Amino acid sequence: MTATPKSAEKSSFLASIVKKQIFIPIAALLLLAIFNLIMDPSFFNITLGHNSAGDPVLSGNIISIIDYGSELAILAIGMTLVTAASRGQDISVGAAMAISGSVVLRILCGPNADAATLQAPIIVAFLISCLVAMAFGAFNGALVSIFKIQPMVATLILFTAGRSIAAWINHNKLPVVNDKTFAYFGGYIPGIPIPTPVFIAIACFIVIWLVLKFTTLGLYAQAVGINEKTSRLNGLNPAFIKFITYVILGLCVAVAAFIKVSRVSTINYSVVAKDIEMDAILAVALGGNSLSGGKFSISASILGAYVIQFLTTTLYKFNVQSDALPAYKAVVVILLVILSAPIVREKIAAFCKSLRSPVNAESKS
Amino acid sequence: MPQKDMTVGKPRRHLLRGITDTNLLMSITIIVFILMYLYAIFGLGEGFLKAQTFFNMLNANAALIILACGMTLVMITGGIDISVGGMTALVSMSSAVFLDKHSGSVFGAMMISLGIGLAFGLIQGFLVAYLDIQPFIVTLAGMFFARGMTTIVNPDQFNVQNEAFVKLKETRIIIPKMGWVNKRGVYIDAYIEIGVIVALVIVAALFLFLKWTKTGRNFYAVGGNKQSALMLGINVKRTTFLAYLMCGILGGIGGFVYFMHVGSGSPSHATGAEMNAIASSIIGGTMLTGGVGNIIGTLFGVLSLALIQNIVSSVGLDDAWWTGITNASMLCIFLVVQSIIIAKRKKTNLSAAKSMETKGVKK
Amino acid sequence: MQERSLLEMRGIYKSFPGVKALRNVDFTLREGEIHALMGENGAGKSTLIKVLTGVHIKDSGDIYIKGQDGAVQIHSPQDAQNMGISTVYQEISLCPNLSVAENIFLGRGKRGLVNWRNMNRHAGKLLDSLGIAVKPTQQLASCSIAVQQMVAIARAVDMECSVLILDEPTSSLDESEVAKLFVLMRQLKERGVGIIFVTHFLDQVYEVCDRITVLRDGQLVGEYEIENLPRVQLVSKMLGKELDDMADIKNDIPVFEEKGKGYVYEAEGLCSSEGIKPFNFNIRKGEVNGFTGLLGSGRSECVRAIFGADKVTGGKVKVNGREVKINKPIDAMKNGIAYLPEDRKRDGIVGDLSVRDNIILALQVKKGFFKPFTKAEATKFADEYIKLLDIKTASVNTPIKSLSGGNQQKVILGRWLLTHPEYLILDEPTRGIDVGTKIDIQKLVLKLASEGMSITFISSETDEMLRTCSRLLVMRDRKLVGELTGDELTQTTIMNTIAGGEQE
Repeated sequence: MTATPKSAEKSSFLASIVKKQIFIPIAALLLLAIFNLIMDPSFFNITLGHNSAGDPVLSGNIISIIDYGSELAILAIGMTLVTAASRGQDISVGAAMAISGSVVLRILCGPNADAATLQAPIIVAFLISCLVAMAFGAFNGALVSIFKIQPMVATLILFTAGRSIAAWINHNKLPVVNDKTFAYFGGYIPGIPIPTPVFIAIACFIVIWLVLKFTTLGLYAQAVGINEKTSRLNGLNPAFIKFITYVILGLCVAVAAFIKVSRVSTINYSVVAKDIEMDAILAVALGGNSLSGGKFSISASILGAYVIQFLTTTLYKFNVQSDALPAYKAVVVILLVILSAPIVREKIAAFCKSLRSPVNAESKS
Repeated sequence: MPQKDMTVGKPRRHLLRGITDTNLLMSITIIVFILMYLYAIFGLGEGFLKAQTFFNMLNANAALIILACGMTLVMITGGIDISVGGMTALVSMSSAVFLDKHSGSVFGAMMISLGIGLAFGLIQGFLVAYLDIQPFIVTLAGMFFARGMTTIVNPDQFNVQNEAFVKLKETRIIIPKMGWVNKRGVYIDAYIEIGVIVALVIVAALFLFLKWTKTGRNFYAVGGNKQSALMLGINVKRTTFLAYLMCGILGGIGGFVYFMHVGSGSPSHATGAEMNAIASSIIGGTMLTGGVGNIIGTLFGVLSLALIQNIVSSVGLDDAWWTGITNASMLCIFLVVQSIIIAKRKKTNLSAAKSMETKGVKK
Repeated sequence: MQERSLLEMRGIYKSFPGVKALRNVDFTLREGEIHALMGENGAGKSTLIKVLTGVHIKDSGDIYIKGQDGAVQIHSPQDAQNMGISTVYQEISLCPNLSVAENIFLGRGKRGLVNWRNMNRHAGKLLDSLGIAVKPTQQLASCSIAVQQMVAIARAVDMECSVLILDEPTSSLDESEVAKLFVLMRQLKERGVGIIFVTHFLDQVYEVCDRITVLRDGQLVGEYEIENLPRVQLVSKMLGKELDDMADIKNDIPVFEEKGKGYVYEAEGLCSSEGIKPFNFNIRKGEVNGFTGLLGSGRSECVRAIFGADKVTGGKVKVNGREVKINKPIDAMKNGIAYLPEDRKRDGIVGDLSVRDNIILALQVKKGFFKPFTKAEATKFADEYIKLLDIKTASVNTPIKSLSGGNQQKVILGRWLLTHPEYLILDEPTRGIDVGTKIDIQKLVLKLASEGMSITFISSETDEMLRTCSRLLVMRDRKLVGELTGDELTQTTIMNTIAGGEQE
């Protein structure tokens, strides 16, 4: 419309990149990459080898990042939507994954949990687990949208009960799937050297891209998250939109859980997907999305998820125990939220202004 | 205008309206607790008549009582602290390592526990009160930090052998005349552990604090309406900070009491304790929205959860997962009840206003 | 300082970015008087009160308070309280979860222990002495709004204030409650307390006040004894029109030829959860009508009920002669109704979203979930309305919150025009925007009507309504009290109808 002066455009080029939401995860990614490059360049090596079955597989840290980052990236999709619309996060995703994974195994292995052959087609097991996970998502969504309980507290219920429910579904037995094809989804399809979860994740990205393109979900979720009153006056039903985002997150949980159980062909109720809720929230925050709702960018969240996996892999490489990881991530989260707190931002902005005020005055004239 | 209409503030006829929110929710819990206990005694056998059954519930849950007290303080001001479980694990592990691997004193271990609690309280309180960051995010990070640190301190479970500590741990306080005669006809004394005394003292102290000190009443004011509290001249930030600080310190104490009960350090200690603490507070009548809550109610909240677990296991549903499921469903029910009560109150207030209005029109 | 005056404000100036909120305002409060502070929206009365209570700091001017030497500086609400100025706000600023007595004593005195017995006894005495029938131990939330309001006053009284500010305390009270409040106010007056009373209800002013100060556009209009200022005069002073002038302005009133044009919208006995009395309303194709009345008279609530923005509790609605149910905004939208809300920030804009998304939002919702506009389509629509309404924005991607108020309003207007409504409701579309934009919007309203759109227009500025509306519905105290057309559309009649009371 009104043409901005050329000079201003030029000088703000860098600023506009910095302002772009996706800048945060990219910067974090670069930082990590440079750190690893300095510490140990061999971090980035990728080799083509053969697995025990003699199929060609790619291996290396980068491959394992995009492989193991898949579940997180899928969860980040749903978590971003939930955050945008309901201005809070779902902390029950790990527990819900345990339930969903348990359902898959229950259907594949049958009631006795020790069947040598599959009791049902894999697709049936997957679809049923999707339904179950969506039902639990609907439960969370109902608590948030109908009973107006804060999202994190509402999902605390499932967070506690989830792993118990998962154990209960299989009567606390640990079923093992012996079928080879089941392991393809979390491992490699013979002949293809790239891990299957990567393809599943890409499929999910395409689906959510299509959903956002061919429905108005994105616009509605943002509108509801930013201003519920206005949304209502424009004919939206805010409660329903919030509810829907939780159901979608349920679906994401089911897909992620399916990959997770396929990786090991079994499940450990208390350990599977442990602390993944923290990572998923962190992915959303790292993607530059406000944790108090509103505008979102799913691609930034997805990138954020891979950055976290990058961080995890890096930490592993420095022999940090997996149980100790949360401590480091917690520090990152706290730094992120402190930096994004409005009070701190104002202080920083004021500080920068006082530093740059002479420069600013010059450029303005 | 007739004179009798002039009294606007006449007491409401409905019984439940005269009672405060705090007392209403707490009474529900106490009644539910008593009913459950009666059911347990008459439906599940004599075991529940033994005083020791009750004392064992206290023994096993002394730490939880302390944690839940801290949680109640924070929740009264309208916040939440989910780091207490992690803090408990960290305190246990640090104390255990200090006692056994550095052959430290029991007093030193206590100081370490308090120090950890204090540190968590200070930092989390500062972030929430003065930087205005969502308490859930802050304490979620606190929880993960504590859990991670526990593993960093020591990755494996181990039992503490330190003599002074073991002696302290095994100290039992005999309650006279409450014992029972076992099958062989031998009289066995009823006992409680030291932790129970600590917990009960804390419950009493906090009850008095919340009821009788101005600072305590400020907690309620801040939780009831932050803006109003500010207008009424209360230092809202300091009050909020104080709540998190106290919760942190109680987390440290609770952690040590937990440690005295289990006598070991482990990264998986007190898993889900934050959740049980929150559930106890909510069941005991503390509102998530803040401003409503009572320490005595919280005590009964903890006991209710313990009783349910006892009942569940004596019914025969012995499997571990039932605990999680019953706790969560209990929490769910009470949350929904709260949400309905809030909505109802809003509606009745509105309709009361409305009925007055129509009354005015008729005149 | 004059004798008997408790408070004097002299030459107060206060400006906010872009607005001169107060210009050379004087205000005097005497011992034992109830002083009404009157003015329409934006007149500066809330700014004046905020200056007095330390919420805002004045730019210049002097404040003198009895018992304090020289001019005083008030920097915070706490300062004001210490100088004996207490305020009771429209929205009760007490803690509903605590008892009545606690609310009276909270946050006062040194830290330490609470002596419940003393506190309750003292509170009981205080409440008795003020004739407030409530137990000190009762939870505040279980008291009616009136009692809560009075508890707030009791608190103020107990803090030994000499100046009591009541900021619209009666807006949620019924008659008997108001009467009770007035008894209390007169008691305080006898004790020598000076009361500043802000209200929109004229009846109440004439019932209880001794003196009136009128502000308009941030300036002092005058201070009057109540006996010397009849209602119509007061209204004319508030609205800024001299009675003599009013007869003249009549020439450009639009005449609406209603023959052969059916009703687009009819409502019978409509009422909502917001407490408006059931009202009848209709509008024909191509007609522009308006709701008028003072602020708080219920004019916005009426249109909100029409649009289904508040919970509709009764009434029959016909659109184009067909009976329909309108319970939610989407029902109204599907029936071709559009509503531009009064509070732009709260109900209108979606702050972080771009101008484009804000423009297409309503049409998109109407079109459906599975039929999103492509970015190109959306941009085309946005560009069209940016051009049509001359919206000044850097691009369609600019977040709406970074636009000026007037441009934000145009964006919202564009949003609703894009849905091509048959019936458009504009609630205060010109509030807080510059004169140029105001005139643009008025012109647009007339143009749209000439093209066949029916429009309901609400504005605090009567001359704006006179320029656009051919029929005015007058509201007073949440009740529809009159309908004016043709020759009746003069400032004088409107004011008389608004004022009611002695003119009836």
